Amino acid sequence: MNEIIGRIIIVVGVVFDTIGCIGLVRLPDVYNRLQAATKCVTLGTCGIMFGIFIMQGFNSLGIKALVCIPFIFLTAPTAAHALARGAHLFGVKLWEKSVCDKYQEDKK
Amino acid sequence: MQILILILVILCFFCLYRAWRGLTIPDRMVAIDILAILVVGICALLAVYTKREFLIDVALAWIFLGFIGTLALAKYLSGRKFNE
Repeated sequence: MNEIIGRIIIVVGVVFDTIGCIGLVRLPDVYNRLQAATKCVTLGTCGIMFGIFIMQGFNSLGIKALVCIPFIFLTAPTAAHALARGAHLFGVKLWEKSVCDKYQEDKK
Repeated sequence: MQILILILVILCFFCLYRAWRGLTIPDRMVAIDILAILVVGICALLAVYTKREFLIDVALAWIFLGFIGTLALAKYLSGRKFNE
């Protein structure tokens, strides 16, 4: 029973990863790509880790997979935020159909 | 389980396409950051599939390598100016 539930959660995680990578290829702008890819891939990889924990139970492999989840949740959004700020300071233009740019207003 | 690992490897090629084609430098950095998180998932699935437990330690270390690398590149990026 645990095996089946774990596999279902792993499949859901891989589906989220797929959506994130399609967004990384298809979207028009650095900021759009960063937003789509980071959120979907973070949740997808955490789903894979949680599915492995459900499948394995409380042995060493399952506990290490469970420890990976908070680390991914801490590090991936921090890296994405630093990268977005760096790209904005670097001077990359927004997409021409973007409606607002609060950081640019804030810098003036 | 094999088909899931195969799908994740194909997704890595999507990221490599963006890193090859990306129009600006931050595009390439985003692609490498996402590639690091995908490789963590592949290592975890391989650890279950091949029953070798050291691969999940590789995944745990890879999270921090990708994080520190991306932070260093973003810091490098913010002190420069964009020219085509």
